[in-house]
Amino acid sequence: MEKRVVFRSSWLPYALVAPQMAITLVFFFWPASQALFQSLLLQDAFAAKTQFVWFDNFRDLFNDPRYLASFRTTAVFSALVTVLGLSISLLLAVFADRVVRGARIYKTLLIWPYAVATAVAAILFVFLLNPTLGVVTHFLRAIGIDWNYLLNPTQAMILVVVAAVWKQISYNFLFFLAGLQAIPRSLVEAAAIDGAGPSRRFWTIVFPLLSPTTFFLMVVNVVYAFFDTFAIIDASTGGGPVQATTILVFKVYQDGTQALDLNSSAAQSVILMAIVVALSVIQFRYVERKVQY
Amino acid sequence: MAKVQLRNVTKSYGTQEVIHGISLDVTDGEFIVIVGPSGCGKSTLLRMVAGLEEITGGEISIGERVVNKLEPKDRDIAMVFQNYALYPHMSVFENMAYGLKIRGVPKDEIKARVDLAAGILELAPLLERRPRQLSGGQRQRVAMGRAIVRKPAVFLFDEPLSNLDAKLRVQMRFEIQKMHRETGTTSLYVTHDQVEAMTLAHRMVVMNAGRAEQIGSPMEVYDDPATQFVAGFIGSPAKNFVKGRIAAPGVVELDGGGRIGFAQRANAEAGRAVTVGVRPEHLVAGAGQGEGITGTIEMIEQLGADTLTHIAHAGGIVILRTPHESRNAIGDTLTIRADPARVYLFDAGTGARLR
Amino acid sequence: MVEHRPLRAVASHLILIAGVAVVALPIYVAFVASTLSFDQVTTVPMPMLPGTQLVHNYSEVIAHGSTLGSKAPVGRMLWNSLIMALGVAIGKIAISILSAFAIVYFRFPLRRTCFWMIFITLMLPVEVRIFPTYKVVSDLGLIDTYPGLILPLIASATATFLFRQFFMTIPDELAEAARIDGAGPMRFFVDVVLPLSRTSIAALFVIMFVYGWNQYLWPLLVTTREDMYTVVIGIKRMVAGGDQATEWQLVMATAMLALLPPVAVVVLMQRLFVRGLVETEK
Repeated sequence: MEKRVVFRSSWLPYALVAPQMAITLVFFFWPASQALFQSLLLQDAFAAKTQFVWFDNFRDLFNDPRYLASFRTTAVFSALVTVLGLSISLLLAVFADRVVRGARIYKTLLIWPYAVATAVAAILFVFLLNPTLGVVTHFLRAIGIDWNYLLNPTQAMILVVVAAVWKQISYNFLFFLAGLQAIPRSLVEAAAIDGAGPSRRFWTIVFPLLSPTTFFLMVVNVVYAFFDTFAIIDASTGGGPVQATTILVFKVYQDGTQALDLNSSAAQSVILMAIVVALSVIQFRYVERKVQY
Repeated sequence: MAKVQLRNVTKSYGTQEVIHGISLDVTDGEFIVIVGPSGCGKSTLLRMVAGLEEITGGEISIGERVVNKLEPKDRDIAMVFQNYALYPHMSVFENMAYGLKIRGVPKDEIKARVDLAAGILELAPLLERRPRQLSGGQRQRVAMGRAIVRKPAVFLFDEPLSNLDAKLRVQMRFEIQKMHRETGTTSLYVTHDQVEAMTLAHRMVVMNAGRAEQIGSPMEVYDDPATQFVAGFIGSPAKNFVKGRIAAPGVVELDGGGRIGFAQRANAEAGRAVTVGVRPEHLVAGAGQGEGITGTIEMIEQLGADTLTHIAHAGGIVILRTPHESRNAIGDTLTIRADPARVYLFDAGTGARLR
Repeated sequence: MVEHRPLRAVASHLILIAGVAVVALPIYVAFVASTLSFDQVTTVPMPMLPGTQLVHNYSEVIAHGSTLGSKAPVGRMLWNSLIMALGVAIGKIAISILSAFAIVYFRFPLRRTCFWMIFITLMLPVEVRIFPTYKVVSDLGLIDTYPGLILPLIASATATFLFRQFFMTIPDELAEAARIDGAGPMRFFVDVVLPLSRTSIAALFVIMFVYGWNQYLWPLLVTTREDMYTVVIGIKRMVAGGDQATEWQLVMATAMLALLPPVAVVVLMQRLFVRGLVETEK
């Protein structure tokens, strides 16, 4: 993995990496280590007094029922977003792959939601599902469902899940489509000659061979649900009602800006860091497994 | 086992016709090789028999049934693909058992059939391995095993040996012949390699640009080519072709000088423009009576058992094959003549053989 | 393949059309709302066909913002978003391509260290280090400035990796030929590497532009003045909480304006976009 040909210079390479290193040091390493450091401290709101408390902050978090509730909320949220997001996209990708005519048009029409900001997506769904004005709310009322996500925790969760999944469909769809198209046609033909109909072909041949893509997307979607969805929560439910949609990353923000508890917030950031690192490691391990059979 | 019939089969993509009316009658147990250069449509034809391509016109029957509208799985066929098409996530055993499992064959019978096929193909020690752990030749044998266990009416082979190296190819040819002897199943085999075709076929279909130029046994196709294309495609080194005109009964005046005598035949009227074809092994050095081609030796290839002498004359280059060392040198002038009985005449325009 | 299952073919199209419809529904409703008047928008149910207020609403928000909630003119916010998106895209590409070039084509002590340091940045998204980063930006006096918006977001390594991978596929022979021709490293970079990287750069540009434009959490923290808001955070502030009635038709107009540029970029450069997506995730 090394180039055979290299240039020699005593100063040029340093000059070339300097911009990125500078930015990385100032805006990444320094803040990240600050977060680590602050999580071990106890400061009052004006940082007048500082006390080194080791892992007390972490212990407090794990004893805090609201933090644990947030953990559970995040787990539920990411599970729903991942499962729904992958299933719907897989369905669309399978049919987009099979369709002879119009495949390209469908593809164009299905990928553009990726470009919509999560915050904007949230606003759109807030408008659609507004308890008084929403068009979908009106429709739900007509079939007997009383919709008010500002009061009903389950409905609030539904709202944010729907917004999150809506945005992520294109991404998943694209990768599934690419994965499907990477499967050699001759395998599918051989299975057809062996006697397998379309359903059987899909479940016994295509789906197993798609597993690297599926696994990869699972990890990506979980990371997405953990972090990129901050905007959705902030722009729609604000974590409510009654903390029902306060996912972990939102709580970090909330505790930092509203409760002004920087140390707890820092500790929460560290825990999130650990989770991301773990997920990234899993992702790299599996991406390597992508090197096929 | 069954017979296969193609009646005036055509294939078009949109308005472009790529296969122009091919008819073929395959008897039960016959090994038919469809051979031709790249792009001639041979794979397309095979895939139409398999049901992997739609049939635009004509009829294909397997056994007594017309299969045009039948799905591949209902045609009672098995296919061996060029790139093996083994299911990568299944073991060798599972690959071979897949088709049987789908059809609900009981487990012990599946095992019996797979073991039998594995025995014939020497795959027994590899049954639990995955395809990625096998060599090219082994993978191809698994592909054949998968076809054997199904006990289909027809085997279809789509250039199965093209991805193997030369030595392995020879070995696998024997395996295929052995397999055919053991099973006696009707087989359609597609290849671009005329050596494979000559050695494996009971009968050959020589295809060119979507047409079947000749259908016959290897020896028929070799000795009695129907068209110039067939004569040039089969046999190596390729036949010599020189253009000329019939000067008198039994004599062709060649463009650029020289005369060749030929055995008399019906439509060889004087003045007709023809292409003369003679195989390199049917030329001899030395002038004949009033006939011969004279030219300069341009190259000599000593192949050990044979020598190929390339002679340049005004009408082109002619290759002479002699079964011994050549005593000539490059630059020498040489006159050669042909055995009149072995001179083929083809119409200069259509390429059809004048018989 | 000969497979006559007309039911399946019809079902395929139906499902796909349903998918497209569900995906398009929020946008359609938003668009219709953005062309209605305040009274029409607050009627239940809202009319489903576009109205007549398109020009009025859009010019209103661009010039004046909405009358309730945030007062910032959307025109200004769009401008801020544009600067930010372009800054992130161009900045990231620039520093990454230089670093990747150095790492691939040079041997120098600390090369490994730099490589791993950059690699680690892949793991932590900005959401995880927001408050300390905010403090750094504040200490540097970059609150409410464009650099403050842009710089922290170009710290991650996705682009560097993409370029590194791409450079690995450039045949060594090109560098050797350049060397023989007497070209120094920077000449080689400008005359050979850059032109070859054109499509990668374009693909990355699409992804980074969309990423920069759609940022939410970071601009939220780093801007306090309304005239520095980006359109993506501005829109949230237009949705008034509490008792005030939101001017939904203006909010929807803003939403349309907020999503049009990135969507246009993605749709018009679809092939590059797909390529960029697939490659940045490897």
